[in-house]
Amino acid sequence: MAEREQKKKPAPQKQDEVVEEAPAASETGEKIKAELDDLLDEIDEVLEVNAEEFVKSYVQKGGQ
Amino acid sequence: MAIRKVLGIETEFGILIRGAADSNPIAASSVLINAYVNDLTRTAASPGTPKVGWDFEDESPGNDARGFAPEGTMAPEIETHLVNAVLTNGARYYVDHAHPELSTPECADPRTTVVYDRAAEKILQRSMTAANRTLPPGQEIVVYKNNSDRKGNSYGCHENYLMDRAVPFGRVVAHVMPHFITRQIYCGAGKVGSEASGVPIDEVPFQLSQRADFFEEEVGLETTLKRPIVNTRDEPHADAQKYRRLHVIVGDANLSEVATFLKLGTTALVLSMIEDEFLPREFVFTAPVQTLRRVSYDLSLRRPLELVDGSTVTALEVQWELFDRAKKYGEEVGYECVGGDEQGREIVRYWESVLTGLEMDPLTLASQLDWVAKYRLIDGYRERHGLAWDDAKLAAMDLQYHDLRADKGLAGRVGLEQLCTDAEIDFAISEPPADTRAYFRGKCLQRWGDEIVAANWDSLVFDIGGDPLRRVPMMEPMRGTKAHVGRLIDECSSAAELLERLGS
Repeated sequence: MAEREQKKKPAPQKQDEVVEEAPAASETGEKIKAELDDLLDEIDEVLEVNAEEFVKSYVQKGGQ
Repeated sequence: MAIRKVLGIETEFGILIRGAADSNPIAASSVLINAYVNDLTRTAASPGTPKVGWDFEDESPGNDARGFAPEGTMAPEIETHLVNAVLTNGARYYVDHAHPELSTPECADPRTTVVYDRAAEKILQRSMTAANRTLPPGQEIVVYKNNSDRKGNSYGCHENYLMDRAVPFGRVVAHVMPHFITRQIYCGAGKVGSEASGVPIDEVPFQLSQRADFFEEEVGLETTLKRPIVNTRDEPHADAQKYRRLHVIVGDANLSEVATFLKLGTTALVLSMIEDEFLPREFVFTAPVQTLRRVSYDLSLRRPLELVDGSTVTALEVQWELFDRAKKYGEEVGYECVGGDEQGREIVRYWESVLTGLEMDPLTLASQLDWVAKYRLIDGYRERHGLAWDDAKLAAMDLQYHDLRADKGLAGRVGLEQLCTDAEIDFAISEPPADTRAYFRGKCLQRWGDEIVAANWDSLVFDIGGDPLRRVPMMEPMRGTKAHVGRLIDECSSAAELLERLGS
């Protein structure tokens, strides 16, 4: 869980970094982060148990 | 004047039998579709019997819009022996290339098409439930609405748009190419890594599109090999003197309604503007196939793309220009071609808001765009658990995003914005759209399914006993609507009476 504290910037970069975060914006940021945390907790229960096996077995014939 | 963009979506779904030692996708697809059809005939609640076969009489997928077929081209083959059902909502549900495929009925506007695309998902869900009742314990058929198995095998989600035959095909190609290359920034369904050869995961940990890796040509007839960005299949399923059908194979299957709406809406507007010569500038890329991938691989959305005149442009800039023209088009010409001003303005409003969001911070669009929703989820999981991008858990999440089981699919859990109501979607599972010829097809199947021996996009064949089979042609996609034939169908007590009154 330690990694959660040192989140790296997501790949889609903002172009201008000059905008200072207003309190409202950081509140929104916190809210978004909390929502993502909740979502990750929730999906943990439904994720494929054996990921490696599942990915390997997912083979399709090419189509159109 | 641009003609009404009658449109539809055909989706090939991924399919697995879980718990079986040997999984034959053709057999599984047949079991799936037959189970759905049998279930409908068994339950009295659903009107009509959809046990009507497809009529291949007028199928000619080998015709090339350019008027010639280059040497060595393989014309698509028609698989006439596999399961092929026509549903009472006007859709076609069949086995194609070892996948279950569902083609929505013809719709008269993008929003209605979104409803039928969502209804298609529900039909596949019901099919899974029905099929799994027939399988041995421990086995389960699971369907995925995606476009690749992550091992280099791809299957499509095609769009179809009715166009004016009078417009030279070369003009269509010139203007639709830059749209297809750049619209991925909002209609991509996202993918962990790349399936193109020689592209390692540290170079492309995540890309915008499912399909970009699989395109090798700019323009061509093929759909399964050497896929072209612009497909030239010339098979209008309508009066060929008046119409062409643009068969679009470059798109991803979307789970997000907003993404589907934008994919269809922006493309219908671009095609209308092509017909009305409303696009002054051609963006001619020096290398379209490579540019398609470059756009897909660039999450910053800001990579300069080379044009033949030596200048560069970004995907966002191309989309902003198309958006500006589309807005002006609405003001000067109107949006009749996409179902009226209200819907046209809705398309343009969403278009503007996603381009603005993509420019400011794509992560703000996690409830609207598939690639953003998927990226946010997978990247969040990766950070939480300190995983590398090549971890199988992330690849599994990528696949599971598209799982159509209500309790397993991740797309259903990320809070995607809904444009359609559940009531609309449920209605569309069995009822046809009221404002295209799909109405006539669907209603005839509901009322007289037993007397229809075959159906296809542009005709119905009746067998009313005694007489020779009677074919009713439907060469005009905007005729046979509820306004045209609703009362007639209601008033007729038999198929024989209908045929007599139609004078066929």
